[in-house]
Amino acid sequence: MELGFLLGSVVKIIAILAYLYGLLWVLGRPNRWVRLIGMIVAFGVIQLALTSFGGFQILTNFDSGLLFQACAMTMVALGLNLIYGFNGQFSLGQWGFYGIGAYAAADITYRWINGDARGLLVVGFGTILGGLALILVGRWLGRFRGVPVLSSFTLYLIGAIVAGIVAVFIGNALNPLFEPLLGTNTNPGVLNSPLALQVVFFLAVVFAGIFAAEVSFLFGLPVLTLGSDYFGIATLGFTIVVNVLMINSDTILPFPEMKGGRGMVGIPKLTTWFWAFFFMMAVIIIMRNLIQSSTGRAIISVREDEVAAKAMGIDVAGSKLLAFVVGSFFAGIGGAVYAHFIGFLSPGTFGFLQSFNPLIIVVFGGLGSMTGTIAASFGWIFFLEGLLRVLLSQMGTEAPTWRFVLYPITLLLLMLIRPQGLLGNLEWGFLKQKDVLPREKPLADKPEMTASEV
Amino acid sequence: MMTTISTILDIKDLTKFFGGLGAVRNFDLTLKKGDLNGLIGPNGAGKTTVFNLITGIYEPTAGEILFDNTSIVGLQPFEITRLGIARTFQNIRLFSNLTVLDNVRIAYHPHTRYGLADGIFHNQKFHVHEKELTEKAQEFLAIFGLEHLQNEIAKNLPYGQQRRVEIARALACEPRLLLLDEPAAGMNPREILELMDLIHFIHDRFDLTILLIEHQMRVVMGICKYITVMDFGQVIARGTPKEIQENERVIEAYLGKGAGHAA
Repeated sequence: MELGFLLGSVVKIIAILAYLYGLLWVLGRPNRWVRLIGMIVAFGVIQLALTSFGGFQILTNFDSGLLFQACAMTMVALGLNLIYGFNGQFSLGQWGFYGIGAYAAADITYRWINGDARGLLVVGFGTILGGLALILVGRWLGRFRGVPVLSSFTLYLIGAIVAGIVAVFIGNALNPLFEPLLGTNTNPGVLNSPLALQVVFFLAVVFAGIFAAEVSFLFGLPVLTLGSDYFGIATLGFTIVVNVLMINSDTILPFPEMKGGRGMVGIPKLTTWFWAFFFMMAVIIIMRNLIQSSTGRAIISVREDEVAAKAMGIDVAGSKLLAFVVGSFFAGIGGAVYAHFIGFLSPGTFGFLQSFNPLIIVVFGGLGSMTGTIAASFGWIFFLEGLLRVLLSQMGTEAPTWRFVLYPITLLLLMLIRPQGLLGNLEWGFLKQKDVLPREKPLADKPEMTASEV
Repeated sequence: MMTTISTILDIKDLTKFFGGLGAVRNFDLTLKKGDLNGLIGPNGAGKTTVFNLITGIYEPTAGEILFDNTSIVGLQPFEITRLGIARTFQNIRLFSNLTVLDNVRIAYHPHTRYGLADGIFHNQKFHVHEKELTEKAQEFLAIFGLEHLQNEIAKNLPYGQQRRVEIARALACEPRLLLLDEPAAGMNPREILELMDLIHFIHDRFDLTILLIEHQMRVVMGICKYITVMDFGQVIARGTPKEIQENERVIEAYLGKGAGHAA
């Protein structure tokens, strides 16, 4: 029985990795219809495996939980890889942005199903107006030479706070219009029909991501001027601050529905495989496209050599900020997806010890390798949660504790054998940068004499 | 206006103190369009500090730097590069884990004609301009005879070729003024000859003004038209290579003979 289970788990892990490889392979095909069909098939395969046929299901409910967790973790870890692996900024703040995304999205949908539209209105208007305010302040500041970082930070902060206050007023003013349509929890109105709820969920995830990105902009602006190590400590502080705010969300923050340290219950479980797949693919594609554009090369050049990047005309501070904001955006989306699959948020999940999880995944998979991060996210969840928890629990009730002994040992061995991470900087299929071919024919204005000939 | 029209760089009274140490004091330098001038001096004379001050890596304690008659003091290094001043480094600073082609393409980033959104969605505009940019970079590599190495990782190249890549990368910034910091360091005599030809070649082909720091006297004496000599952060002599070779203060500074050396 135990052996059979072990084999089954190993087969599942191999199947998942083969699945990821196939997915990335098909996305790398040149024909766009092949890519589209491939993506639909990739979605359908898991969807079928999750569907119950007369009581038989290939992936059990436990497996599907792991799957969604892995999808959320992929988004968070890819964001961190952008910040740490590609941009070279050691950040422990990713988990804080993950928490912000989770709580913001959960608050929107929780209020919505309980007949309160203010969550969506305030967060929605807040992020849009806040974004506009930040852009306008940025435009205005661009006209001056040598503005100190703290001065511009103060202006950005004022802009964001004003936008937030305006959003609260708008939310409170518009809420009565929505209330009759929302109905109550026991008697749902029009806007709480299953379809409308899907739309609200989508908006909640996107707004949560943007909200996390805006917070990261305000936080990153002054803090990114610190050197990499000091930046790491400051971001760790950020995660702790966010966690403390979560624990006290019903006392020092005006959010009684978050229930502070007791944990937020009753979040609608809206994350389906479709949404998890959709958001994960969106994150993968956005990040891959970003990395393989000129902006992405600028981001990587900052990791390689900051001084040289400056001398090549790269706005180093701007590149760092961009990578940090985009990375946090991914974390916020990941958090929102996580919140709606688990249905319960506890501040304990977002503690600072757990904040090392995405870091471990990124290092494990290989800094600067998207493929490695994706594979490690899935592998990590299935290894730690799936394999070890279930396997060890068959040996005795106390045994699962051992997984936190086995797991660091695995990490240690990996770091000894492959310090560059599981995949180094190898990429698969879609994520692989195509080698640039030499020019086919010399251009017409090719110089007659080249320096190599003189 | 008439007198300054051909002046590209004008440095007046440039001073930089690190704490109590005057690394550069009352430094003056004028470069006309098309000059190929040298800046020499013993180790620790402050030559690289001057470069770092021009490119904005350090902020001067006092003094003025005019590029095209506009002050560039207080600008960020990347802004100064975008105005048209590029440089190479004393110890090669390539993006060593990236390909040769990417090294050059990064230098094109400020001139990229598609935005962040185009990059994220990989739309038509992105593909057109990315292709254009890549071809431009390849053209550049071809000029330097590096085209066949475009997909090599930069750190795997031999030293001489890394220097070439660094110069190619600096030129991809489309500068009007090029600062070369010890381009011949660590090269063998044959490579040095090649380098001198290369500098002459880029000077003519790209219509550049070049200021170079160098320790190898044959390079400086061989290609520079006018030389400024520094010692202890101050200019001790200026002149043509021949004048400098005969200047007693220069010989003293380099060879340290005579007791009247105390400045």
